[in-house]
Amino acid sequence: MNHFPSTTLRTGATPGHSSAAESRPASSARDSALIDIHDLTIGFASRAGTMLPVLRNIDLQVRRGESVGLVGESGSGKSTLALAAMGYLKGGLKVMGGGARFAEHAMFDLSRPQLERVRGGKIALIPQNSGQSLTPTLRIGAQLREALALHSSLPPAAHPQRVIELLTQVRLPEPATIVTRYPHELSGGQQQRVAIAMALAGEPDALLLDEPTTGLDVTTQAHILELLRDLNRETGTAMVYVSHDLGAIARVCDRVVVLYAGEVVLQGSTRQVLLAPMHPYAKGLLASIPKLSDAQLPVALAGRPPAPGGAGSGCSFVDRCAIAQDICRSARPPLATLASGDVSRCYFPEQTAQITSRGANPTAVRASADEGPPVLVLDDICISYARPGLLDQLLGRRPNVPNTVDGVALRIGKGETIGLVGESGSGKSTILKAVAGLLAPVRGAIEFGQDEAMAQDVDHRTPDHLRRIQLVFQNPDDSLNPRHTVADILAQPLQLYFGLRGEELHQRSVALLERVRLGGHYMDRLPSQMSGGEKQRIAIARAFAAEPDVVLCDEVTSALDVSVQAAVLELLNDLKRDKGTTYLFVSHDLAVVRALSDRVAVLYQGRLCEVGPAADVYASPSHPYTEVLLGAVLEPVPDKAPVLLADDVVELAPPAMGCPFQRRCPKKVGDICDTQMPPWQTSEGGHAIRCHIPRSELAAPASTHVGVK
Amino acid sequence: MLRMVLQRLMLGLVTVALVSLIIFAGVELLPGDACTAVLQRDAHGQRLINCRKELGLDRPAYVRYATWAAGAVRGEFGASANSDTRISELVGDRVKNSLLLGICALAAGLPLAFLFGILAALKRDKALDLVVSGLAISAMTIPEFVSATMLILVFSGWLGWLPGIVLTSANAPVAKFFPEIILPVVVLSMVMTAHILRTVRSSMIEVLDSDYVRMATLKGVPYRSMILRHVLPNALLPAINVVALTVAWLLGGVVVIETVFNYPGLGRLMVSAISDRDLALVQAIALIVASVYVVVNLTADLLTLVANPRLRTAMARHA
Amino acid sequence: MTTTTLTPATVATKPGVLQRLAQLLRDMASRPSGAVGLFLVLLHLLVAILSPWLVPYDYKTISATLILAPPDAMHWFGTDQLGRDVFTRTLLGGREAILVTLVATPIAVTWGGLLGIYLGLVGGRIDNVVMRIVDAFLALPWILKMLLLIVTFGTGIEVLIPTLATFYGIPVIRIARAAAHNVVARDFVLASRARGHGKFTIISRELLPNVLDALMVEGAMRWSWMLLAFSSLSFLGFGVAPPNPDWGLMIADARTFLAIAPWAGLYPIVALSSLIIGINLTADALAKALGVDRAQKAPI
Repeated sequence: MNHFPSTTLRTGATPGHSSAAESRPASSARDSALIDIHDLTIGFASRAGTMLPVLRNIDLQVRRGESVGLVGESGSGKSTLALAAMGYLKGGLKVMGGGARFAEHAMFDLSRPQLERVRGGKIALIPQNSGQSLTPTLRIGAQLREALALHSSLPPAAHPQRVIELLTQVRLPEPATIVTRYPHELSGGQQQRVAIAMALAGEPDALLLDEPTTGLDVTTQAHILELLRDLNRETGTAMVYVSHDLGAIARVCDRVVVLYAGEVVLQGSTRQVLLAPMHPYAKGLLASIPKLSDAQLPVALAGRPPAPGGAGSGCSFVDRCAIAQDICRSARPPLATLASGDVSRCYFPEQTAQITSRGANPTAVRASADEGPPVLVLDDICISYARPGLLDQLLGRRPNVPNTVDGVALRIGKGETIGLVGESGSGKSTILKAVAGLLAPVRGAIEFGQDEAMAQDVDHRTPDHLRRIQLVFQNPDDSLNPRHTVADILAQPLQLYFGLRGEELHQRSVALLERVRLGGHYMDRLPSQMSGGEKQRIAIARAFAAEPDVVLCDEVTSALDVSVQAAVLELLNDLKRDKGTTYLFVSHDLAVVRALSDRVAVLYQGRLCEVGPAADVYASPSHPYTEVLLGAVLEPVPDKAPVLLADDVVELAPPAMGCPFQRRCPKKVGDICDTQMPPWQTSEGGHAIRCHIPRSELAAPASTHVGVK
Repeated sequence: MLRMVLQRLMLGLVTVALVSLIIFAGVELLPGDACTAVLQRDAHGQRLINCRKELGLDRPAYVRYATWAAGAVRGEFGASANSDTRISELVGDRVKNSLLLGICALAAGLPLAFLFGILAALKRDKALDLVVSGLAISAMTIPEFVSATMLILVFSGWLGWLPGIVLTSANAPVAKFFPEIILPVVVLSMVMTAHILRTVRSSMIEVLDSDYVRMATLKGVPYRSMILRHVLPNALLPAINVVALTVAWLLGGVVVIETVFNYPGLGRLMVSAISDRDLALVQAIALIVASVYVVVNLTADLLTLVANPRLRTAMARHA
Repeated sequence: MTTTTLTPATVATKPGVLQRLAQLLRDMASRPSGAVGLFLVLLHLLVAILSPWLVPYDYKTISATLILAPPDAMHWFGTDQLGRDVFTRTLLGGREAILVTLVATPIAVTWGGLLGIYLGLVGGRIDNVVMRIVDAFLALPWILKMLLLIVTFGTGIEVLIPTLATFYGIPVIRIARAAAHNVVARDFVLASRARGHGKFTIISRELLPNVLDALMVEGAMRWSWMLLAFSSLSFLGFGVAPPNPDWGLMIADARTFLAIAPWAGLYPIVALSSLIIGINLTADALAKALGVDRAQKAPI
């Protein structure tokens, strides 16, 4: 299956072996490097005319067969760096110093025809959003054949066959059909695999991957990462993997390079960096990632990175560093090689271990859910997006399409935090919209409190009901009107629900701002003048301005940087403790849900699979789907392989009858799964699983495709 | 797919029907009718009543509409109030002439518009682009009658190369209109070309900045190949709609040009029909023009449907 | 409790309307094309307002002896076929055009914009029906619609302004609707709905401020199309009635003598063209300053 000219024996480090490779003298490391980026500085011209650096003095060497992870948050310059390895600069950027070599080519000195020969051939890119990176008017087959025509040594007659081989290599089912399709007809995961196949077509020595799994489902992501890992091992292709997700990097990369504000701040083997990071930023970053194993909230990293050119003369991290001293402010620390082999840009790397990442972080507050009347009851609700067509309207019937959400029943207690987890198509956001009244259920009802009827549609709800249920959205860029100041934004609920005006309004707004840890001086700011984290806090402040009983959180941390997520989670926890608010917390990120929730509900294709206390749901026994989900989660822990169970198949619609997971379940019993809706099996602790398999048997693991360690 | 096509056709028919209603209603609402126009000062008393009876104007509105619409579908518009000739004869020649003008303008303008629009985008912000864009803007902003006047001055008045006025009669065969038709075609295509050029240019720029073109570059696709396979098909798709819109504009804008050059087309007929209050003729012309507009838009819609893979397959999934 | 590092507050106060306007003008003028455009427009406006006091002659005065006289010290722009001073008539020639179009444009943009935003928000059957009617209307050439009304009701300002405002507002519906669609899809509108705000509040508080930019640019373009239409009408003899001066009319009159007396037509041509080009350059600069994406569309 391997058509590469020579399968080079991998000389890179395998996880588990801290290799001596990193402490080789710099010159010989550079000589044998496949990708050699030396003292590279890239910047753009500001409006005033000065050059602002986006990357500063980057040294990065990647040897044949090595897989290196580039970690950083937004603004760290990681994507720019990866593209620079191909000699590509986004519009407006210029090389201010240093250079990038690939094999024997100095990439920034090549002419256009020379670049065309190298790119896509020996060094190939796998882009972030493949859906948008594949030409919409060309079929998949045509695009792959183009790659082969440009870079492959095979004769043209052999190309169609090679295309099928490539698609098979990236584990796409039915390659013969895929070849005839257009990009928009494929799912996200399929598009990403096609992008990988296209990159492999040129038999590359090095692959650049720019956040290739962002936006994909958890299970899809796990599959693709395993594929990449296997490719790296089988073909000996070097990889530069850019991501903000340390979990993904832990799985795929031997070595990690951490970028902050355009600089390399830490380099080392994956194991070293994850277990004992020798730089305060890396430590803080790791601490801010919620982990499945922890029942606690992650610790936030305060502040934000400096803008390009705004780092000053000292260390770029100094404003946020817990162990900063005077010298850190006055002189920029150089990169220093440590005894462990890591390279760190810090004056006091050994002191990093002393930074207490726990801080004064209390255990998340749990409210007892059983006592008292429920605050919200979802009574067997069914929601459908299907609109009756003309014929249906005339005949007065509903379209015969399975409901998007079906049979969801939940009793939510006061002060509880219920996490709703699932992947795309699970209906979790749909349920939130229904509770908010933006979508009316076609069957069943949503009740407030005990038997307190509530209009299903927002147009018919009483102002009181409207006030008591508030919604916070995923994307802070979208959920705040770009033309309104913070004062305007906060004034809306205060005026609408409480009729506040003038001085009273102003004071209440300022109080709200302080409650979300932004000061009164934010009142006159516009959204464009705030960071993502700040905007999300404003959105939360806006929700809490109404003094709601229930706050619906729709993936509120998903669009934020990792270190900012932790701060928002902390804030939500704080507010919950103070006000006893009930949360309905939707997320695809299982670790985030675990950190905040008392109870968790797992959804698949709009149907509930499992509900129960968080600890129980995340432990065995589990619904087969929950098992799949949990197995697919990637943690920033070395040597932890995800457990892949189901195939990476995207379901377009729920089945007409029977268990929603019937088509992918590894533990499927038989026909009963296809025809009958499984019964609820509830334990005394309130842990309910909906499966035909008895509880006792569910605890046994299914036969798995375990990722190779 | 078929369903989509049929849907669009239905929509087109509905639009034409609506247009006919609007025309009819519009004309109805205007004070006066064919009789007052013909009789003018004598339009009162028994003469008026008789006239109306004769022309069928005393019947209720919906009956008149139905009769008119039914006739229109067959191509029968009745007689012109002023000249007593059948409208269909009058109009037939003029339609032919206007079509000739329009088609020549399209044939001249479209290739130029596409060629220069693409070139301007490829050489964005360089000399060629600035010149071309500048010319396009001038052509768009200067009123047609101004450019017509100027061109006549230069090419007919000073240089004497081309005739500045059309003297051929309406029912002459097509060939006789050359070389008189050249200047009108130039003026007409100037505006049209400018619009299409600008749209093609901005569409090209948008595609050139897209993720998939960047990916093609990073895949090592050679420049020429990239433009032909990746850029053009995506950039030119939206242009179809603009071409349709511009053609539609042509139908209106042609009036001024026909007047300036004395060209015996539909536009000039329309103006004189309105001046003469020949309402039946006005209605007929309006309906014809509107129908052409609808047909052109429909064609553009269907072409887009066929050419855009995203629409094709989305529809297939729905059908 | 973690402390949030409060970024040094560059106290950014939301600018008031006047400040925004001033900033906008400054942005526009910073580009050479924008500066030229603004200059031309302002110049024309000034001339239009002040011309009655600036002109040396009466626009009506005819002279049998000075027919088609070339420009000289007495008549800077020469005289036309009736011996009237071209300079006077050129300066005065834009008054009615500018007055009519400057009044009709805001009316057109307002009613078309509001209706378009409403349709963009509401969707459904009302949207369908209205858009079909709009499509049908747009199927008729503008000149037909205008001429019908003018021929029936006359060419006075009281006819022209409402007519232009009505017919040129219709394409604005389409554009406002499309702009509203872009905004309606965004979460902050959904948030407003979830809070229980009514349609009026949503339109005025959420949609309008975000659509305003596109409408402003569209308004500038509308003005330019309207001027074109107005002059075309005058040219055809359906606009300003003689002996009132109007550029379109003047050009029409001068057509026949263009070869022998170009000045009679050239100056009004320059005047009209410069104003329209100025408006277009201004609209372009406005679009760039506001960050509005301008797809070139056909005039109507």
